[in-house]
Amino acid sequence: MKRAVSAMVLTGLGLSATMAGAGEKVAMPDPAASWNTLWHHVLLDLFIIGIIFLAAGLYWVWKYRATRPNQIGEGPKLSKIAAISFAVVPSFLFMADDFFLAAKGWTVWNEYRNVPRNAMEVKVTGSMWSWNFEYENGVTTSFVVDSKEGEGLVVPLGKPVVLRMTSTDVVHSFFLPDYRVKEDLMPGRVTYLWFNPSKTGETLATCAEFCGNRHSFMWTKVKVVPQAEFDVWVAKQKQGAGA
Amino acid sequence: MSTASSGFKLSEWIFTTDHKRIGILYLIGSIAAFAVAGIMALLIRIEQSAPGPTIVSDAFTGGDQYNVWLYFHGAAMILGFLIPGLTGFAANYLLPLMIGAKDVAFPRINALSVWLFWAGIVVALLTFIVPDKPDIMWTGYPPYSVNTAGNTALYVFTVHLMGFSSILAAVNFLVTIIYMRAPGMGWNQLNMFVWSCFTALIIQLIFVPVLASAVTLLLFDRYLGTHFFDPANGGDVLLYQNLFWFYSHPAVYVIFLPAMGIFYEIFATMAKNPIFNYKAAVYGGMCFIVLISGEVWVHHLYYSGMPDWLRIGQMVTTLMISVPVGLMTISLFGTLYKGAITFNIPMYYGTAALYLLLIGGLTGIPLAMTVMSVHLGETSFTHAHFHFIMGIFATFAVFAGVDFWFPKISGKMLNVSQGKLGFWFNFIGVNITFWPLFIIGVEGMPRRYWDYSQFPAHFAGYHKVATIGAFIVAIGMVLTISNWIISAIKGEKAPNNPWGSNSLEWTHTATPPGPGNFPKPVTVDADWTPYNYK
Repeated sequence: MKRAVSAMVLTGLGLSATMAGAGEKVAMPDPAASWNTLWHHVLLDLFIIGIIFLAAGLYWVWKYRATRPNQIGEGPKLSKIAAISFAVVPSFLFMADDFFLAAKGWTVWNEYRNVPRNAMEVKVTGSMWSWNFEYENGVTTSFVVDSKEGEGLVVPLGKPVVLRMTSTDVVHSFFLPDYRVKEDLMPGRVTYLWFNPSKTGETLATCAEFCGNRHSFMWTKVKVVPQAEFDVWVAKQKQGAGA
Repeated sequence: MSTASSGFKLSEWIFTTDHKRIGILYLIGSIAAFAVAGIMALLIRIEQSAPGPTIVSDAFTGGDQYNVWLYFHGAAMILGFLIPGLTGFAANYLLPLMIGAKDVAFPRINALSVWLFWAGIVVALLTFIVPDKPDIMWTGYPPYSVNTAGNTALYVFTVHLMGFSSILAAVNFLVTIIYMRAPGMGWNQLNMFVWSCFTALIIQLIFVPVLASAVTLLLFDRYLGTHFFDPANGGDVLLYQNLFWFYSHPAVYVIFLPAMGIFYEIFATMAKNPIFNYKAAVYGGMCFIVLISGEVWVHHLYYSGMPDWLRIGQMVTTLMISVPVGLMTISLFGTLYKGAITFNIPMYYGTAALYLLLIGGLTGIPLAMTVMSVHLGETSFTHAHFHFIMGIFATFAVFAGVDFWFPKISGKMLNVSQGKLGFWFNFIGVNITFWPLFIIGVEGMPRRYWDYSQFPAHFAGYHKVATIGAFIVAIGMVLTISNWIISAIKGEKAPNNPWGSNSLEWTHTATPPGPGNFPKPVTVDADWTPYNYK
């Protein structure tokens, strides 16, 4: 029994460690891609632990059915050393997995929090229930959900974007599902997140912190365009503002 | 369900100081809260079954209606059903019986606890009567809860009443366990359920006052014009979130521990086995959870703008919870090893609990990792995770517990086929409901949305399946709860110890136990344990 459990747990950990070790960091930080890789490793880790326990549990439930009335179980009485080992060994195994996952998670977390130097800064203001964007050059945009009018957030392809965010009223959260990131906005503090627009086209950002009646409708288009197109767009916006 | 010798008198129940009757009053109140909160869940699921208004009136007022359902579902399930169902009903009814005591240490304070609880249920139900219905979720984050037109006071008073009730109950039971154990009963001879309540109530006693203070400050901000959470006047929004989760994460263990305790009792009794590695589960599991429960709350604030070092530090502490929970899990699974397992309704729920514990527990691991949580947090992945471990695992524990002790409490046997049918509806239904939510959660479906038109069209299909699942669960719940009521009235008479347990509540009491619990004072030997079947 003891051997069986430790062997199972050990195999699980060993396998997960081997698998998770396979992911290497890319030179150009792409937090969303790192997130996806880590997610697959974590899933594998959980899957292995889950299968081991579930298989043991279901097998025992099936195998140790009572076969006659008033039957008494024959569960082992653990010696002192066995009892301590069954506490200490699994604890260290669980801790090993914890530290392993924590280290993996911390590595990707550093990517999330270290904004590249060449990042373009956009100020984001959340209000019940809309998002407003202000670019470094003074250009401002927004997006109206009901009429689908407005540009929303427009960013150039391949250039990291850092959002400096605050709220005018209640707590909101800027959630970019495709870029695997969110961060809350609240009055009185400025928070930030950054992402690496890696694919042209439209995606969305939506509010992920409960903010009242139109919480479900507090979203905006996020458009990724090639740099040249972005420059034209900025020029046009400036002209529009000047006219 | 009468424990009295003569007929039913309402005043005898209202003014009772008998812990068994108080336990039953807790059960009735928490099942009432559960039923209403369950109806809210169905409304939520119907609304989400398709994007756009389904049962809410229109896109502009829809949120107001939907948010009230969400508020009530969350607040009532946690404060009105799970905590009182486990530390109210189960602890009240069982603790004195398990430790061989005549009653709790302070029976009148116990009566006050249940009155406060019932008052809390009534205040919570006022939600449906007042015109300015609370719409602030069970978390009540400011500034929204301060600015909203909804009624924040109802929320605060519900928390106050339930909170005072919990604090009084915690003091009462801790004293009872420490001072009123039967002569000869050492700490290592206690039932697992007693240990689980002992540790849960320590958490309750330490952390409930923090929640009470948080919501009191909220009340002041809202109605007296103070600025604790108002940054424009020197307050801080995050202060509330920190105070709130400093209680509300440990509160998860107030639910989890007794739920585990119930399954330990069922496993040991049905497998006729001693608890596998009892001391590791008690000291390394339960007691360690008490120590660590207050150091992990920041995992609810991973993307709230907390300092980065704190988000990393509490990622490590949060992941470390796998150590005590893992030890408890090994002990629970190990209790089956070489057992002689009898399958009946409680053991059906027990077997399901093995699976629920794994799904709910393991999906918590990515959420414990700061960087994973930055995407998965506040999506329906989180929602499915805590429903598996807190919602379903703990609810199944309450159901399994009622089914297990039903013969003792009512003196009657349950209808077995109806109970098993109810179980299958419940178990299949919860899987159909929550697996789709895991999947679209990873794809980015946020929580607390009644409309999701901006997301890919296939989300609607997943939501529809989840809604069908919810109705299957509803059938299971009706079968389960109606079985209790019908069987209590006209079930077959129960033998004194139908499961052949070795625990005092089965071996030394009448069925149902009379006033004073034990016909003769109980003493136990040094080699007695509730699980000593040899």
